Amino acid sequence: MASIAHQPQIVPQPVTTTKPATGIWSWLTTIDHKRIGLMYGISAFFFLLLGGFEALLIRAQLAQPENDLISAQRYNELFTMHGTTMIFLALMPLTSGFFNYVMPLQIGARDVAFPRLNAFSLWVFIFGAIIINISWFFNEAPNQGWYGYAPLTGTAWSPGRNVDFWMIGIQVLGVASMAASFNFVVTIFNLRAPGMKMMRLPIFTWSTLIVSIMIIFAFPAITVALLLLSFDRYAGTGFYEVAAGGDPLLWQHLFWVFGHPEVYILILPAFGIISEIIPVFSRKPLFGYSVMVYATIAIAFLGFGVWAHHMFTVGLGPTANAVFAGATMLIGIPTGVKIFNWVGTMFRGSLRFTTAMLFAVGLVSQFVIGGLSGVMHAVVPVDAQQNDTYFIIAHFHYVLFGGTVFGLLAGIYFWGPKAFGKMFDERIGKWHFWLTFVGFNLTFFPMHFLGLAGMPRRYFTYAEDSGWGPWNAVVSFGALVLGFSFLVFLYNIYKMVRHGEPAGDDPWDAATLEWAISSPPPAYNFAVIPTVTHRDQLWWDKYGDEHGHAHVQNDDVPKTAEIQREANAAHPHVHLPNPSYFPLLAAAGLGTFALGMLFMNPAITIGLLHLPVLVIVGVALLIFSVYAWAFEPAG
Amino acid sequence: MAQAVATLEHAHGAGDIPHAADHADHPPSSTGLDSRKLLMWLFLASDCMFFGSLIAMYMIYRGDAERMFLAGQGAGPVPHEILDIPYTSISAFVLLMSSLTMVLALASIQRGNHRGLRIWLGATAALGLVFMGGQFYEFTAFYHEGLGLTTNIFSNSFFVLTGFHGAHVTIGIIWLISLVIVSLRGGLRQDQAMNVEIAGLYWHFVDIVWIVIFTLVYLIPYDDVTTITEGAEHALRFIGLG
Repeated sequence: MASIAHQPQIVPQPVTTTKPATGIWSWLTTIDHKRIGLMYGISAFFFLLLGGFEALLIRAQLAQPENDLISAQRYNELFTMHGTTMIFLALMPLTSGFFNYVMPLQIGARDVAFPRLNAFSLWVFIFGAIIINISWFFNEAPNQGWYGYAPLTGTAWSPGRNVDFWMIGIQVLGVASMAASFNFVVTIFNLRAPGMKMMRLPIFTWSTLIVSIMIIFAFPAITVALLLLSFDRYAGTGFYEVAAGGDPLLWQHLFWVFGHPEVYILILPAFGIISEIIPVFSRKPLFGYSVMVYATIAIAFLGFGVWAHHMFTVGLGPTANAVFAGATMLIGIPTGVKIFNWVGTMFRGSLRFTTAMLFAVGLVSQFVIGGLSGVMHAVVPVDAQQNDTYFIIAHFHYVLFGGTVFGLLAGIYFWGPKAFGKMFDERIGKWHFWLTFVGFNLTFFPMHFLGLAGMPRRYFTYAEDSGWGPWNAVVSFGALVLGFSFLVFLYNIYKMVRHGEPAGDDPWDAATLEWAISSPPPAYNFAVIPTVTHRDQLWWDKYGDEHGHAHVQNDDVPKTAEIQREANAAHPHVHLPNPSYFPLLAAAGLGTFALGMLFMNPAITIGLLHLPVLVIVGVALLIFSVYAWAFEPAG
Repeated sequence: MAQAVATLEHAHGAGDIPHAADHADHPPSSTGLDSRKLLMWLFLASDCMFFGSLIAMYMIYRGDAERMFLAGQGAGPVPHEILDIPYTSISAFVLLMSSLTMVLALASIQRGNHRGLRIWLGATAALGLVFMGGQFYEFTAFYHEGLGLTTNIFSNSFFVLTGFHGAHVTIGIIWLISLVIVSLRGGLRQDQAMNVEIAGLYWHFVDIVWIVIFTLVYLIPYDDVTTITEGAEHALRFIGLG
């Protein structure tokens, strides 16, 4: 027991009494990773509902053949904004919310490495989201599809500002994702509690690390793709114009070099979430922890080498198609390993089907369906038939809804009690799960049939005699059920916030460090930085053998939770860095600059440059904030 | 609050705050690496992909303007007519020498030589400014010879690629001058050499990128496109861009 001989020492703390700051100013200037995580989560949840509403409008239009509820032009805007909103404004920031809230707690840290940079990421995301969505108010919503293929995005085909809102908004969101990812990687490498070796990191933290690294390497490709598009649209270059010597395929390559890793950026956090949930509710440590880590790394690595499978029908030639098809199939192996590990964890476990567990198991089952249709597309001739049909829509909704959204919902039910200190109503939660499950399958399973029957995606309507009417009616009905399930979820959130039972520190008898502290955690997280001796530290504390099922009370070792309670009882006042409004100001500067690129009037002419006033104001604000930030004492 | 025992970031060894070094020369971190230095390495990794994408774009279109011109399409001037290798070699040499002065600046602050720090930082910034002046002159000369941003696919890709490199150098110059001013006001102590080291990492990276750009854009000849770019064309055909 040498490793636990040193008791974690309690650093002498200045005893000051500061109440947690409240009021809107404290939220605008906060640099607390938990508050930032909550703001990410709440704003992303709003956009999830907005994107869902757009989907419902799409389904209303497609509910019957030759419907004229929505014009073709409006329909283009709806499917473009649905995809863009869900990927960039709902799912990515929701995962970012989890990264922010949970990861520092899991590694025993008091915050991320760069708390102000973290606040900057949040505000930049919010400004980017606003920029894309104000397009609705100008009746110029993006209408070119979420992957904006050239030359459709060129000025010849898209003369309005629709594409500009999208192009500039995504660019701004990229800044937010990159800044957050740098921060998370440094945090995980550098702020681990003593004893928290890399191979003791909770799998969710591993997912955070891998996904952040993927973002760091994937986003520059779309940054460049969008910059070249900006030059084409604003300065008249011809990077994607055939007549000017450009090649529209360059866009497709750059976009999918980002776009395919993006798929894993969306799914791996959900995998990480359920890798925490399934062991807890099976009362068994995760089966094959290290294999799980290696599988995640393998998926991330291979994910960068398969982009051209989105381009099989472009005509790259048999060699390229064969190589990318093979690489794509290879990804099935580490993904399959993960599925088996989750099943292996549940095997002979004492299972508790809480709502969180239901969504986690729901992910395993539904993702397998999406994964299998994914392997089908890896076969080039099959893809040639399914490309641009509803089969593809079915596939990626099984992956992104059946996978990512199920995982995120599982995470909300699992960590919600930690963040709010209150329990969800499990009975309503189960209603929520089954409504989601049934609605999801009613919505997306028939799309497989529609796709195989030849129904193309992105068409705003279809003919009476196509025979697609009945299944479309079913799909639209399923979408209504799915929409209703979210109303049930909203009611459950409301009920939890208003009337939830107190959660206590560790409602699920879980294994990771975040459950050793109060719910919600104090601003400083840990009164004493914990010392880690085992992978599933809290189970080791509680049961002595690191296996949740041992039921052996282990009284001889210091318990992480007890140490925290005792230190908290002594009213430690850990000095926290001061709040700062410079991250918000810097983000506002960037946002103003981006708006200036969209709104050219009023403008000032300097030499050859014709600069909108907003651009100048934005750049000035950005430069001022960055300098003020750099010279601001942190605490 | 300044007298409070330990800031959160100090307790964790993160370097977001400039005064972390007040408390310890080597703030503790799980890896032993300074957090800000790690952040810069990650940023540079990302910037590699940024320039990688831009350079890939350049290589895809490299020689296209020459071929189109020979085929009687598209506008001139084309690269082999206009690129001035001796001139750009001199400015490339100037930029490379600035890496040397950057190293000397870091060595000065690490030895507590503040005057040396300011001299070498100033020299680095000055060399950077000479390079940027060279680029400005080059761009202007090209413009007067009829090569504007939108003239042909060569000018598109040339101005955007080298322009973004120039923007990186400009940010570096502003950073270096800021460090000189901070040092003059006594805000850069010997134990804060990390502030200079991180700026140096960025500066050296921008230099290295220029070596790649200089080779690919200027040094490899354009007039014999078919033989020289055979390998590249094969690779491009592979991904459908040839």
